[in-house]
Amino acid sequence: MNTLSEKYSQEITHILDKYPPDQKRAAVMPLLYLAQREKNYVTKSSLDEIAEILGISATEVASIVGFYSLYYDQPAGKYHVQVCTDLPCALRGAEQFLEKLCENLGIQVGETTPDGLVTIEHVMCLAGCDKAPMFQVQSGEGIAYHENQTVESAMDLIDQFRKQERRRNGHD
Amino acid sequence: MTDEQTHPEYILLRHREIPDLDNLEVYRQHGGFEALQKAVASMKPDEVTNLVKASGLRGRGGAGFPTGVKWSFIDNKNWPHYVVANADESEPGTFKDREIMESNPFQFLEGVAICAYAIQAHAAYIYLRGEFWQIAATLDRQIAAMQAAGFLGENLFGTDYSLNIYTHLGAGAYICGEETAMLESLEGKLGQPRLRPPFPPSYGAFGKPTVVNNVETLTNVPLIIARGADWYHTIGPEKSPGPKIFSLSGCINRPGNYELPLGTTFRQLIFEHGGGIPNGRNVKAIMAAGASSSLIVANDVALDTPMDYESVPSVGAQLGSASIIVIDDSISIDWLINKTVHFFRHESCGKCTPCREGTFWMMHLTDRIVSGKAEWRDVELLQDVANQIKGKCLCALGDFSTEAVLSGIERFKVDFEKAAGVKDLETKPQLENA
Repeated sequence: MNTLSEKYSQEITHILDKYPPDQKRAAVMPLLYLAQREKNYVTKSSLDEIAEILGISATEVASIVGFYSLYYDQPAGKYHVQVCTDLPCALRGAEQFLEKLCENLGIQVGETTPDGLVTIEHVMCLAGCDKAPMFQVQSGEGIAYHENQTVESAMDLIDQFRKQERRRNGHD
Repeated sequence: MTDEQTHPEYILLRHREIPDLDNLEVYRQHGGFEALQKAVASMKPDEVTNLVKASGLRGRGGAGFPTGVKWSFIDNKNWPHYVVANADESEPGTFKDREIMESNPFQFLEGVAICAYAIQAHAAYIYLRGEFWQIAATLDRQIAAMQAAGFLGENLFGTDYSLNIYTHLGAGAYICGEETAMLESLEGKLGQPRLRPPFPPSYGAFGKPTVVNNVETLTNVPLIIARGADWYHTIGPEKSPGPKIFSLSGCINRPGNYELPLGTTFRQLIFEHGGGIPNGRNVKAIMAAGASSSLIVANDVALDTPMDYESVPSVGAQLGSASIIVIDDSISIDWLINKTVHFFRHESCGKCTPCREGTFWMMHLTDRIVSGKAEWRDVELLQDVANQIKGKCLCALGDFSTEAVLSGIERFKVDFEKAAGVKDLETKPQLENA
């Protein structure tokens, strides 16, 4: 069952070393990021495994997943395109940007494209207010910011994701 | 007028003048780590604290608390000590710490190290919001470079002082910018504020004495150590000395970060530096502390008010993190507070009932007002709910959620009258608390 421990033993040791030896629980957030890298969401078995590594209950680990918005407990699109529409971005047209982007993709906010690749989401302020419209893309590879965006540039980026995916699956 | 003309020299955003300052060697060639060496090799820890105290540096995260005083509160009977750098930058309208960490990271890291030496901490954590994943990865490499060059690790500068710096990523929770929620989160718990006192200098990370400082605050420290308190006092007003990064956003021609002395006026920032309002519009309102701000009516008195911790309260607001959001006259304030209330409803951690339930009800009320389905009594109810949140929560988030709501209804009443369909403005109902 200990798949994370087997696959990432060095990385896990490195994470645990950051915190005082009697404060292992502090490693729960970095370990959840590690687990999420595997399947783009935190599986039940990785919850159990993290709990075992840290000596806390699986419920406690699950509560962390529930509290923080960057953790997912169920599968979604491979790429989360998260558009900020908070006040400063909204004053620079972010709401209209998001609406048109959704229109172009034929989905609503919170939905995933039929190919299962892209989920469009609202997100709270990302500290990119001066470069709105902007969004972040959260995927297995981490988080990347895309600023000063237009609907065209965002659609180009999503096309790139699709091409990458086809290449990865050997279709091109 | 360009920034350079009013600025003899950048103190914080030095990368704008010195290319590749995020390279350790380049940083070193420009005086980098001399302050750390001076502190560790030739000053006693409390001499460092006293120098920072004498400089008058005040916390740049929002509260404006004197930094050196905070360091001097550290409990020397309880060990070990920790430094936690607050890099959770999440206030809508704030994007200054991000630029520092992306482009002038070593000055920030040197500030962390000097603070750690002053309180004799051997471990410092940088708590970054989860979205700053790439910045954290880069900082990890830069920390390793400092270690390799002998500026971190064991026996610094031939002394017996040792220090390690670690990054720790949050995962998307505004509340973790509140220092005690941040400490809970660092410990692997839900990011919910602690009851205070005790304050972090006596009970902080892992229950040990801890100094929590904002990224910008710590980035001020190396030059204070290198050049002294008198030099620092030559910038800005007496009670709020030093440079400040103003994050300028919203309805403005040139949004961005502007490093200016504290005490620069709103007018100078918005019109001289920011290039004024687009589309020939007028400025209607200003938020000085991001979404947590009261709305300042942008009249001549307000525009000529110096932006420092002492002066902004005279126009009914706080400087906070100096995240200046400019609102032009096309914007209706009922729409604006609907945006800020949605933000705080999402970010309320749920610990205190007035904030958890109050932000929920404010969201529904502002939704109704914006959709044109409200009556005037809904506006009064909104005001009532906001007053039941204000001053009744563990941390400042609850209060923050009410600032724009209460000041907006009071100062831009006509927008709410229009939204609530008050037809006869002559015989309009009176607000109880207006």
